[in-house]
Amino acid sequence: MNIFIYAIVFWLAAWALNQYLVKQSYDVVMTRVVNVFVPLLFGVTLLVLWEGATRGFEIPKILLPPPSMIWERITNSLPILWVDFKQTFLHAVLIGYVIGCGSGFIVALLIDRSPFLKRGLLPLGNFVAALPIIGVAPIMVMWFGFDWQSKAAVVIIMTFFPMLVNTVQGLATSGHMERDLMRTYASSWGQTLLKLRLPCAMPFIFNALKINSTLAMIGAIVAEFFGTPTVGMGFRISTEVGRLNVDMVWAEIAVAALAGSTFYGIIALIEKNVTFWHPSQRV
Amino acid sequence: MMGKNGKLIPILTVLAVIVAIWYVCVVWLNAPFEYDQAQRNDIELTFGEMVSNTMAQKRPVLPAVHQVFEEIWNTTVLKKVTSKRSLIYHAWITLSVTLLGFVMGGILGILLSVGIVHNKAMDKSVMPWVITSQTIPILAIAPMIIVVLNAIGFSGLIPKAFIATYLSFFPIVVGMVKGLRSPDQAQLDLMRTYNASKSQLFWKLRWPSSMPYLFTSLKVAVAAALVGAIVAELPTGAVAGLGARMLAGSYYGQTIQIWSALFVAAIVAAGLVIIVGILHNYVLGRMGQLDGQGTREADA
Repeated sequence: MNIFIYAIVFWLAAWALNQYLVKQSYDVVMTRVVNVFVPLLFGVTLLVLWEGATRGFEIPKILLPPPSMIWERITNSLPILWVDFKQTFLHAVLIGYVIGCGSGFIVALLIDRSPFLKRGLLPLGNFVAALPIIGVAPIMVMWFGFDWQSKAAVVIIMTFFPMLVNTVQGLATSGHMERDLMRTYASSWGQTLLKLRLPCAMPFIFNALKINSTLAMIGAIVAEFFGTPTVGMGFRISTEVGRLNVDMVWAEIAVAALAGSTFYGIIALIEKNVTFWHPSQRV
Repeated sequence: MMGKNGKLIPILTVLAVIVAIWYVCVVWLNAPFEYDQAQRNDIELTFGEMVSNTMAQKRPVLPAVHQVFEEIWNTTVLKKVTSKRSLIYHAWITLSVTLLGFVMGGILGILLSVGIVHNKAMDKSVMPWVITSQTIPILAIAPMIIVVLNAIGFSGLIPKAFIATYLSFFPIVVGMVKGLRSPDQAQLDLMRTYNASKSQLFWKLRWPSSMPYLFTSLKVAVAAALVGAIVAELPTGAVAGLGARMLAGSYYGQTIQIWSALFVAAIVAAGLVIIVGILHNYVLGRMGQLDGQGTREADA
């Protein structure tokens, strides 16, 4: 019980500190530091509360292990985690993501040349993007077998439509004036595309890339619930839940979370450098 | 959306092309099995026989569209609703989880966004984690949450609804934060000159102007809630619901069953999005905002 009270005290102190920090005014560098520090402190507080609650109330480890125990499990079973990571992330997610986004992009470029197709495919693409596509997972497992190929296929289907819809929308954003200017330069379709319309479409394309990074992880992990060789993050999660090795499950989740956020972060970083001109990127 | 002039014909054309490609794939993917069967029974297959056979297999690699609809018809209209083989029964279970999760996610999302807009510390500390929470493949935790909550004694709808909640609150937070901040400085200043209190400012300016954003994000959220509900049904061991139908179908190689569950899930998703869309039009129509600036901004 005592430990939990300490955790609560820590939380209150951290909250007060955060309240104080955001009320001050800073120069540019300090603002950045504070912007990173405040959410970080909040995250640490959550972990402390978690640890305090599980130890203080003596919650059974099967229900919710404390973070320290999960960390111990992570450091102890690095080889297994690495093998699962390789199977799920490096194979299924990355390959599926690249093919899915790439084909979505290319199809969008093809559609863009035909207004008829654009009017027909865009509403359908929007519709499909709202569907529970994850449901094709059992079918893909049946078609492509238990290994990572079937998971990559699920990821391809899930990432294709957001990319298609966003790219088509993005290509339509360049204004008439700008396009007319390109015409007066006698630029070809390809030149207009490369120098005007693709740069204009970049915010939309990166939006799709970001959405897809999450979708790809979800797709690959859930597809593993439908059948895998005895390796992979989704497989490990579903089997260890059955054996009530909850700390191992949380270790996998931590790895998945880390991989997911890093993946997202890298794309956000590239976006920042590519679309530096966009209002949302200027501070 | 569908009724707009000039869109219907292209959409129908594309749909027709997709169905045509589907049937070609049916023949192509199911043909090896037919030839194999014919060879075993020493029968010569003509091309026409082969084609018609591929569309009537019991466990095809890819079922034909009409087979799927036949199965849907058989398991909805011709079955009693209470029967465990009725798709309406399973769809209802999934739908109730979806709606419960959607409502909880909606309330959570709106509360969080109100807090974020009114408290700077919350904005700085919670918002990055809300975004991070979505980069985590949360569906991975689904089996975990279900098993743990079952162990404490929660079973039935609630654990599954939590997963639907988790997926649906995010778009609402993001949309509502944007919406509650959408009134511009001139409007805020006007409210100040009226000596409006904080709650008046909220109910008379911020809340109404966030409506277009709210409904746009509700459309995304309801679709996400359905995905959450379907995935949440997987780890419970194929008991009931559309997700369970898919899992059971994949265990026993019943492709037609998987596809029919998938189609029904798609129909449910479309229905939910359309209902939210109708509410959207109704509310904004009553507020006199239909096709106004707000709608377009939020949709962009």
